[in-house]
Amino acid sequence: MNFEFTEEQKMIRQAAKDFAERELLPDVIERDTRSEFPAEHIKKLSELGFLGMMTDLKYDGGGMDTISYVLAMEEISKIDSSVSVVMSVCNSLVNWGIEKFGSEKQKEKYLRPLASGQKIGAFLLSEPEAGSDATKQRTIAEDKGDHYLVNGTKNFITNANCASTYIVIAQTDPEKGHKGINALLIEKDAPGITLGPHDDKMGMRSSDTHSVMFTDVKIPKENRIGEDGFGFKFAMQTLDGGRIGIAAQANGIAAGAFERALNYSQERKAFGTEIGNHQAIAFKLADMAVKIENARNMCLKAAWLKDQNKPFGYQSAMAKLYCADIAMEVTTEAVQIFGGYGYMKEYHVERLMREAKLTQIYEGTSEIQKIVISRSLMK
Amino acid sequence: MKILICISDVPDTTTKIKFTNDNKELDQTEIQWIINPWDELALTRAIELKESLGEKIESITVINVGPAGSEPTIRKALAMGADNAIRVDADPKESYFVAYQLAEAIKSRDFDIILAGLDSADYNGASVGGMMAELLDMPSVSAISALNIENGKVFINREIEGGTQKLEAQTPFVAIVQKGIAIEPKIPAMRGIMMARTKPLEVVAPANADCLTENIVYELPQPKGACRKFTEENVNELVDVLHKEAKLI
Repeated sequence: MNFEFTEEQKMIRQAAKDFAERELLPDVIERDTRSEFPAEHIKKLSELGFLGMMTDLKYDGGGMDTISYVLAMEEISKIDSSVSVVMSVCNSLVNWGIEKFGSEKQKEKYLRPLASGQKIGAFLLSEPEAGSDATKQRTIAEDKGDHYLVNGTKNFITNANCASTYIVIAQTDPEKGHKGINALLIEKDAPGITLGPHDDKMGMRSSDTHSVMFTDVKIPKENRIGEDGFGFKFAMQTLDGGRIGIAAQANGIAAGAFERALNYSQERKAFGTEIGNHQAIAFKLADMAVKIENARNMCLKAAWLKDQNKPFGYQSAMAKLYCADIAMEVTTEAVQIFGGYGYMKEYHVERLMREAKLTQIYEGTSEIQKIVISRSLMK
Repeated sequence: MKILICISDVPDTTTKIKFTNDNKELDQTEIQWIINPWDELALTRAIELKESLGEKIESITVINVGPAGSEPTIRKALAMGADNAIRVDADPKESYFVAYQLAEAIKSRDFDIILAGLDSADYNGASVGGMMAELLDMPSVSAISALNIENGKVFINREIEGGTQKLEAQTPFVAIVQKGIAIEPKIPAMRGIMMARTKPLEVVAPANADCLTENIVYELPQPKGACRKFTEENVNELVDVLHKEAKLI
């Protein structure tokens, strides 16, 4: 066992922290209020290599491990999860999916510009009538011999507008159920793709979320990832890794709220002393610290397993479930510690609380994580 | 053109300073070490020059006087964009000692511009750059707030009372830099961080040098007192406090 981070991991965490505090903090509240996509911030983030940090150096990525990614995700998420969600989708879903399962030709064409940050990716799985039950894909990729014809609608798609490369999960053979599903690489500017309006959300309001409609979109067969019918397995395995990123995001949200609450508790006075001297607040802070420490360790263990090429689906589901719940609890308590000020936008914690809620929902709801965990227990 | 930047390894500027051994030594147990802010800006400027001038800047080297424990700070400089590094393996005891070690390590090498921060965030000695230049028998310019290279010529701005002095400098020289030399320190890119370990870090043995000063004791400032409010009605009390307690009037 070794709980010490490497020199590089510490440097990455510091770089992410410096970036978040310098570039994201100044206008995060304004962007959240206006639901404004942080295009310039994402450009700088990609220039520093955060969007492809886990992809191999030979494909122009950063060549870093999952632990480094977790540390960076946490630091960015302490300030702005609308930005860290872009990082998460690019790194853990799109880039990792292509690197792990794509052909060499697909990696050259699609992964290289994604890993170097020149392009952004999106992962299109959810549908208006297929959320948790991802086997019920209504988007059809009809086999037309040398190409697929894609028709259907995808919902709640992060990076839908800013991305150039989509990975689309669609049904080819409905009779085969989830074994008839394929994952296709589709360029966003392909004829027949239209976007719905920007989704007006509760939290992570400045992330770029839309529905995406496909009407007779013609996709060459060579854009299919893996064998025919591999799409569902592809999605599930990719989401296993994605959960580590969301767990790290949840930890960042929790830690961001906690750090603010801790500082406030040592400054704000009530009944003649700093409120942190009142046991009602001190014990809250102690509970929050314990929960965050636990959550971090769970997330890092899942990341470590992934880095060791060991099975990690069980631990990443546990980490995602636990860290998301902790983020919700800790941010709610942080708002409580701030009292009336916590309910005001200026103090950040209400925004972090709104952001925390999404970590219990996307990339597999907490209930889905429990299905994954319990099935692992009883298999 | 070859650029050298002298970097110090200093406690993070938000560190809560504590002392040990009867207040004679800094308690280093919980300190996070960083590149001295001026030195980090100097390095940032050197990298900016390389980015804009390309091959005209042949190399960017950083040098540090410090024990092996300062290597993470040196690696950060390499991650930011320095090409190679030198570490003089000695505890940086005081200004003259450090200046002497730097000069000894530098004199057998060939640099056109040697950048040093105006002072270090730990002891604020503001003397290493000047002393090192003297020991190297090189000219030095202090309080530099801008440095540009045009057609092989070096142009600098110095901050002086009430204005800015613009100069052209002959190389080689020591540039002692301060605020303005770069806007913000460069954040290392992911690839830079991964490549830092593969860049050369040469460790050289220290020269024999005396220390000209010795720390006797450190004293922390008194903790800030509580804020007190006076209204128009008790202005006499305010005058009394300013006179007797604060001894300001």
